[in-house]
Amino acid sequence: MAGKIRIRAKAKDGVTEVKALMRHPMETGLRKDQEGNPIPAKFIEEVTVSHNDAVVMQTYWGASVSANPFLGMRFNGGAAGDTVTVTWVDNTGATGHGETKIR
Amino acid sequence: MFNRTKVNIMNQLTAPHGLARRGFLRLGALTLAAVAMPAKLWAAIARPDAAFTATGLDATFAELGATPETSEGIIFTTPDIAENGAVVPVKVEIDGSKLPGVSKIYILVEKNPNPLSGMFMFPEGTEPYVETRVKVAQTCNLYAVAEVDGKLYMTAKETKVTLGGCGG
Repeated sequence: MAGKIRIRAKAKDGVTEVKALMRHPMETGLRKDQEGNPIPAKFIEEVTVSHNDAVVMQTYWGASVSANPFLGMRFNGGAAGDTVTVTWVDNTGATGHGETKIR
Repeated sequence: MFNRTKVNIMNQLTAPHGLARRGFLRLGALTLAAVAMPAKLWAAIARPDAAFTATGLDATFAELGATPETSEGIIFTTPDIAENGAVVPVKVEIDGSKLPGVSKIYILVEKNPNPLSGMFMFPEGTEPYVETRVKVAQTCNLYAVAEVDGKLYMTAKETKVTLGGCGG
């Protein structure tokens, strides 16, 4: 089950600004449903941003990042047409992937 | 409104199930990543699981290594008042003239069940800058922590929450 990621990447004055929006419930494992049963934890643990083949940011997350997480970052370089890739892995082993071309 | 009793119950419910499977899957993912990644770029840093599961600010700082020194080089943008604690936008920027060489940024929320929200790592060529959204269970301090050569620096900002981020 691969989650979709919406990404925008824009190069300006030698810096590329990346904004990514992931679809994910980010369940903490601490909440209960209406019958009082605990809702199992499901949250993104790792997110990696790559420019072409180079990793430009790696992050580790806990469950307290908001649902449908947003990540904004900046790296030096990057030209229009280059590929920016964002991938995530959650605590259940599910993954998400998205890529876009720098504008 | 925020309900303290509920959180205490919620704390006990942190389920350790599925850890073995998780480790196995992560191993698979990392092996794939290692194969797919160009050789030089990433000296793999493991996820500091103990810091992510630590409860209380002091315990979390202890897991990260030390209580950070206060620094004016960290520009931490947070809302003074958050109507919805489930989605609180935060931004961390570094003033490189005051705090050069930042390789990692951590974001912590003091009174969440586990204060550490995120750890962001910046290889050479990436600006130490991050924007995201976090859950804030109740009115408390948010901390942006920056790491330079293994030393920790921090800036704190209070966010007042009118509706908790715990979904309670």
